[in-house]
Amino acid sequence: MIPLIKREIVEKKKMLTEEEFIEGLSVAQSLPGVMAVNTACFVGRKVEGMLGSIIAISGAVLPSFLIIMLIASFFLQYRHLEIVQNFFRGATPAIVALIAGGVADIGKSALDDWEDLLIAFFLFSLVIFLKLHPLWIVLIGGVLGIARKK
Amino acid sequence: MAALPLIEKEVVDTYQWLGSSEFLELVTLSELTPGPIGINCATFTGFKVGGVLGAASATLAFCLPSILLVTLVFHFLSYFKENAIVQHFLRGLRPAVIALMAVAAYSLAQKGIKDWFAILLGIASFVFLFRKKTDPIFLLLLSGAIGVIWYR
Repeated sequence: MIPLIKREIVEKKKMLTEEEFIEGLSVAQSLPGVMAVNTACFVGRKVEGMLGSIIAISGAVLPSFLIIMLIASFFLQYRHLEIVQNFFRGATPAIVALIAGGVADIGKSALDDWEDLLIAFFLFSLVIFLKLHPLWIVLIGGVLGIARKK
Repeated sequence: MAALPLIEKEVVDTYQWLGSSEFLELVTLSELTPGPIGINCATFTGFKVGGVLGAASATLAFCLPSILLVTLVFHFLSYFKENAIVQHFLRGLRPAVIALMAVAAYSLAQKGIKDWFAILLGIASFVFLFRKKTDPIFLLLLSGAIGVIWYR
């Protein structure tokens, strides 16, 4: 999606220079949260301040918002049908595979060494076995990062 | 995707807006629809609980932390980029994000994979995704269609 955004904003509309865009993008990507929202937020802000931010984020979110509402209103009417239930029963294993694939994929680039891997495994166990609230995982991960000075 | 365990905890356990099988359906639908999965989940849950207004407020609430954080960070950009503690904290989030994604996969598997055929479908999907680079949306639809035929 990034090349698409870049073409519109940098090359066609010339709202930001290439350097401004790349620099902002690297910061927006390093922050937690949804990438599309983070990117829209900083581009909007650079161009038109707070109002620009709000407009850009609305633009980024609105399409999926409308589509989901449309789908949800149909789905809530038909979800009890057996054919719909069986569809989801079949799709769930694929979803699990999709997320597991994401873990392997992103893990390869995000985890640098066995120490990272060990910490990820430790944090995973905290949620699964000790039923820790996921929010703690984010905090503990961050604090461990400070402690390791990496 | 890393936000899924958090969403599940609050939406299913704490507030009981959705049952756990509904949550499974929600994740599948969000994955099938274009757009960020976290936002799709928020919109869907909000719509189910409170109609259009619910969908709007849930979506807004989901975006708000990002908006505040990005605005704050870009306001203090020079300070942020040079501050070692902030950088180390963000670096430390990487293993945490991976862990949370793994939790999401684990908990969905626990709830949604209940018979040997589902295990087979899961393994086959994984192989197709990784070895054949099959398009995820196509794979989901195919897997769902197989479910319709098999579980009839």
